[in-house]
Amino acid sequence: MNLDLSYLDSHQKESNDLMTKDKSTHYYTSLSRNMVLSAIIVSFTPMLLVIGILLHQFQASYHEKTYAHLNELVQKHKQNIDTFLNEKLANIRFLAMTKTFETLNDDEFLQKKLQFLRNDYGNVFVDLGIVDASGMQAAYAGPLELENANYADAEWFKTAWQKDTYISDVFLGLRGTPHFIVAVRQDEAGREFIIRATIDFMAFNSLVQNLRLGKTGYAFILNQEGKFQTQPAMDIPPDPDSFEFFWSAVEKTKNKILITRQTDESGVENLYGVGSLKNGQWLLIVKQQTADAFSDLRRMRTLALIIFILGAGGIIFMANYTTRRLVRRIRRADQEKEGMNQQIIETGKMASIGELAAGIAHEINNPVAIMVEEAGWIGDLLEEEEFSESDNLDEFKRALTQINTQGRRCKEITHKLLSFARKTDSTVKDVQLNDIIMEIVDLSSQMAKYNKVIIKTALQKTLPYITISPSEIQQVMLNLINNALDAMEKTGGTINISTKISEIEPEHIVIVVEDDGPGIPEANLPRLFDPFFTTKPVGKGTGLGLSICYGIINKMGGKIDVQSAVGKGTRFRIWIPFQK
Amino acid sequence: MHSQEKNSGPEKDRIRLLLVDDEEGYVNVLSNRLEKRNFQVTKAFSGGDAIKAVRGEDFDVAILDLKMEDMDGIEVLKIFNQMGLEMKIIMLTGHGSQEAAREGIKLGAFDYLTKPCELHELIKKIHEAYAKRIETFNPEKK
Repeated sequence: MNLDLSYLDSHQKESNDLMTKDKSTHYYTSLSRNMVLSAIIVSFTPMLLVIGILLHQFQASYHEKTYAHLNELVQKHKQNIDTFLNEKLANIRFLAMTKTFETLNDDEFLQKKLQFLRNDYGNVFVDLGIVDASGMQAAYAGPLELENANYADAEWFKTAWQKDTYISDVFLGLRGTPHFIVAVRQDEAGREFIIRATIDFMAFNSLVQNLRLGKTGYAFILNQEGKFQTQPAMDIPPDPDSFEFFWSAVEKTKNKILITRQTDESGVENLYGVGSLKNGQWLLIVKQQTADAFSDLRRMRTLALIIFILGAGGIIFMANYTTRRLVRRIRRADQEKEGMNQQIIETGKMASIGELAAGIAHEINNPVAIMVEEAGWIGDLLEEEEFSESDNLDEFKRALTQINTQGRRCKEITHKLLSFARKTDSTVKDVQLNDIIMEIVDLSSQMAKYNKVIIKTALQKTLPYITISPSEIQQVMLNLINNALDAMEKTGGTINISTKISEIEPEHIVIVVEDDGPGIPEANLPRLFDPFFTTKPVGKGTGLGLSICYGIINKMGGKIDVQSAVGKGTRFRIWIPFQK
Repeated sequence: MHSQEKNSGPEKDRIRLLLVDDEEGYVNVLSNRLEKRNFQVTKAFSGGDAIKAVRGEDFDVAILDLKMEDMDGIEVLKIFNQMGLEMKIIMLTGHGSQEAAREGIKLGAFDYLTKPCELHELIKKIHEAYAKRIETFNPEKK
């Protein structure tokens, strides 16, 4: 009966397992996918926000700082240059105001004055000259032979004559080198003349040329025609036409500094700081490539990107890793639960089979007893003399013996059924351990024969009675023997069961169950008594047998251990205490 | 019955048995076999029958099945005790219900046998019980 049921069971279980395995794999995959996704979203959102906000703030303040710096730079240089020009003009004007034409119209006097100015300002002043209304240079002091030079047709003279003071653009003029002129027109009682000075271009140029910004930033000055008033510090001079924009822009902003970003003709975006000079006649332009100006910002962006990528990588890795671990745990827990459920069902089934078996065994006992006794009664009657002559007497006797033998066999079967199927109760009694072991060995002998396993016993006859639950110790023994039988299913072998009074543990009985099966790998030994640890295929073992044994023996105040070597066999030892 | 003729000894020396079991077939065949072996057997098919029987006559040994429909063997045993009977009681139990048998022994039953039992074992036990009864109640006879 038992065998049939278990066969059906394992069959059904197998197909169930296949289905649930397929379904559960899908379930766990989607579970881990969802977990990974939510972990990534939850971690990414704040990271993106923080990095984004910080970067934006940094960018804004960095822009502001760069613009302010440029603004200040242009402002300062604008002032410097304006001051430089005005100062030179003031020097000349001072001469014109304080000295008469007569005094001035003297080369020696001019020479002296030039010397003074040079003493004060270095070689900024190249020369000094007095030009009369006709454009003739009446007096001159300087390195060149320019006495009596006629400036009547010179552009600067024409313009200067219209105004009180004048600062010219840079031009080559008579001397053929870039220079510019500072001139003051003086009206001395109807006699008009111009006192002019040539300003050294290099000295003026240095005011602007020294202005450097980052790697690509430099400054230059343009006049209204878009011509350079300084030597631009770059290989290819930019097309002055492209700066027309600044003229119109600066006019609108009046005296303020214009900061703007433009793409120049080579396609590079530049940052420009523009201010007007010389009452709007010149433009001071500071130009820097945007990439250079904002190189720190770019570095910051790269850094942020690297941090983001690393962070993202970390998050994705951790989300995957932890999720995988978590899902694996959940899966194991589910499997354990599943195993537990199966065990509960199994236990329930066993219990009902047990009750059924017990009922049947009881019911069969009486008819069998009657049959055996009736046979006995016939035997009694055959003893009578009247039957002694019968030819078939021997045959009758043989038949009766057979009935008796078979009746006894029935009795044994019902006895075994009853011992096995009795409800596991933990009520303790005084029991002789050897009897219980023999009972279990009897019960297992059929199965052992089937597996080509021989069960040998070596039981010490003088064991004391011990107070334990017989059904519990039965369960332990049955488990150990069944495990050994399972292990030797293919190979066959021998199980040795022995009992004796322990020499190691005082007042303990030791039971040794030893097989010469394939043994247990060393790695599995520490987990052997763990619940749900099994090496049997799914559906075949619940992994509870040994853990239940462990629990039972522990409860009895005893202990159980295992020794095993692969290829040699396994030995379980159980110590159970007794009272003297 | 001819068997009785053949095996009958002096009426006085025969051991008086009371056989109590609700399994009639078992009681009948057992009584036949025991009578053939020179026991004087009275059959009772229930606890009630048994109590009626002991009221009417004395017995040396009672064989009492512990599992009966009308009345538990232990209950019968208790009533016998109350009646202060001199007879010895051998209990029959099913396999695996020795617990009840032990309780019976505590209540003064002589011993128990597991059912179904071998006839020779039962007879041996009956003789032991009888010997004990003689020893306890008629020490002077020995």
